[in-house]
Amino acid sequence: MTTARFSISRFLLCGCSYAVVLLMLLLPLVLIFTEALRQGLSAAVSALLEPDALAAIRLTAFVTVIVTVTNTLGGIAAAWCLTKYSFAGKRFLIMLIELPISVSPVIAGLIWLLLFGQEGWWGNWLAAHNMQIAFAVPGIVLATLFVTFPYVTRTLMPYMEQQGRDAEEAAFLLGANFWQTLWQVTLPDARWALLSGILLTTARAIGEFGAVSVVSGHIPGVTETMPLHIETLYNGYQTVAAFSMAALLALCAMSTVLLRTLFEHSFRKQPS
Amino acid sequence: MSVNLHSFTQYAPGSSRKILDNINLTVEDGAFIALVGPSGAGKTSLLRAIGGLSPVYAGQLLIDDLPIGHSDLPKRKTGFVFQNYALFRHMSVARNISFGLDVLPRKQRPDRAAITARVQDLLELIQLPHLADARPDQLSGGQRQRVALARALATEPKLLLLDEPFGALDPIVRRTIRRWLRELHDKLGLTTILVTHDHEEALDIADRLVVMQDGRIVQDADATTLNTSPQTPFVMQFLGETLEFAGKIQDGQFIPEDTDALPFPVSEKNGKTIVFIRPCDVQFISGKGMAHILSRSRNPNGLYHYAVQTTQRALDITTPMPTEISEGEQFGLDISHGKIFSNLP
Repeated sequence: MTTARFSISRFLLCGCSYAVVLLMLLLPLVLIFTEALRQGLSAAVSALLEPDALAAIRLTAFVTVIVTVTNTLGGIAAAWCLTKYSFAGKRFLIMLIELPISVSPVIAGLIWLLLFGQEGWWGNWLAAHNMQIAFAVPGIVLATLFVTFPYVTRTLMPYMEQQGRDAEEAAFLLGANFWQTLWQVTLPDARWALLSGILLTTARAIGEFGAVSVVSGHIPGVTETMPLHIETLYNGYQTVAAFSMAALLALCAMSTVLLRTLFEHSFRKQPS
Repeated sequence: MSVNLHSFTQYAPGSSRKILDNINLTVEDGAFIALVGPSGAGKTSLLRAIGGLSPVYAGQLLIDDLPIGHSDLPKRKTGFVFQNYALFRHMSVARNISFGLDVLPRKQRPDRAAITARVQDLLELIQLPHLADARPDQLSGGQRQRVALARALATEPKLLLLDEPFGALDPIVRRTIRRWLRELHDKLGLTTILVTHDHEEALDIADRLVVMQDGRIVQDADATTLNTSPQTPFVMQFLGETLEFAGKIQDGQFIPEDTDALPFPVSEKNGKTIVFIRPCDVQFISGKGMAHILSRSRNPNGLYHYAVQTTQRALDITTPMPTEISEGEQFGLDISHGKIFSNLP
């Protein structure tokens, strides 16, 4: 009796979950691809080969590579410090690192404008030295860096925490120096967690809109990343072009998520 | 390699509590010593300090008469085996063992073939040649233990530090590995320091026992000395079962509160005191008291066990020699082989 009722409620619950997922997540995806392919594949491809579109793709790739590399290195350093050492202000530092997750991306963009914009703190100095950060590529990179900073650290930290210091101490006693310990002992052991964090950073860096939108200034072909270019195209009634770009972005995001799931799967299979 | 500590003191991080309190210890080249004591006595802290894992301390720590970390001190001459083995879980057994050689600077590093040969030798030494490609998580506790030891031995250390290396092993494997380790120590001419909370293990394997309590060394002696003249009641209790008889000394006689324990002559001053005695040193003297045997049995380890009822209390006495006292016969307890600690607080 009870088991029957349980299975009914379970069925209902699962059914609801599937319905929500299909409606909220899958439907928009399908819509993007149908819109993109409405005038055929060649129209979609040629829209992507427009000079402004290519520039946007190039800029996004450029920003993503810089941001992912920087935040991976920074994230490893931060996770290492926060898990393997105890020092004053550690909790405060963890809080700071998590800040970009909770702060609205628009604010993340505004911070850089307030610092480097023409009216900003260092705006005059930068202008005097002929340096452009706001409404230019460096600003976009900075904004994206800020928004994606926590991901590597936050995925690495729980794993490093449970690693403990034993293996590192063993490596030290066997004569390994700091770098040998890091590259041969700590990171290879945490590789799945690290990869997962890197992919999360990549996905977020490719898709970042809010923060970048504030600092970029929307100059087509110069400071427009893929998400920004989609907005410009859509607002200019170039629906097919907009959705083609959106489809490309969605493909990128989906493949990173897929990779991450695969890694996590093999990570979980790995006995601890 | 010799190890010397002079008034070595170490504090718990961020507090004034002493983990190690004024330790003076000499370990001669080639010695096999055991650090024993209850948990929290500071054994592992002392071992880690000797291994160079505790950079902050007061006092002196000399390895081969040089301060630890000194640039003239050859590196990698210390092998350390952790309590939980701390194997690198993403590396094969062979890679684990060769790690200490792989990380050597290029100039000092043996070539690939030499390293492979060394790993093979060590695998044979630990009797696991077939497991070179296995991962640590595929091994049993005893096998992991041996791999950890092989890894520590790969760089040919002169000083071997072992932290509860037999902790997770079953009694039979424990005994085998213990004997094997002692043979290895003798064969390779090592200086070995072993941490254990098991005094029997320590007595079995080590030349000398260093008994620790609350961050201090209570006694540092060989097994015979520890048996015949323990420094404190703690040492005596830690090293084996102990019975206590409270009483007072009056005019050269110890008079126990237990009326069935027999008074005996002592040389200590008058006053209250306690006699500590091993159960096997208690003798039953027929006709001199009201004690009687409630039950008797023979334990699987060959010892005889007697439940004795005296007028005041019940005692458990285990002894290698059977008594001739029969059921229902009354007797007194001769405790004159017991020890009085005049330095009691």
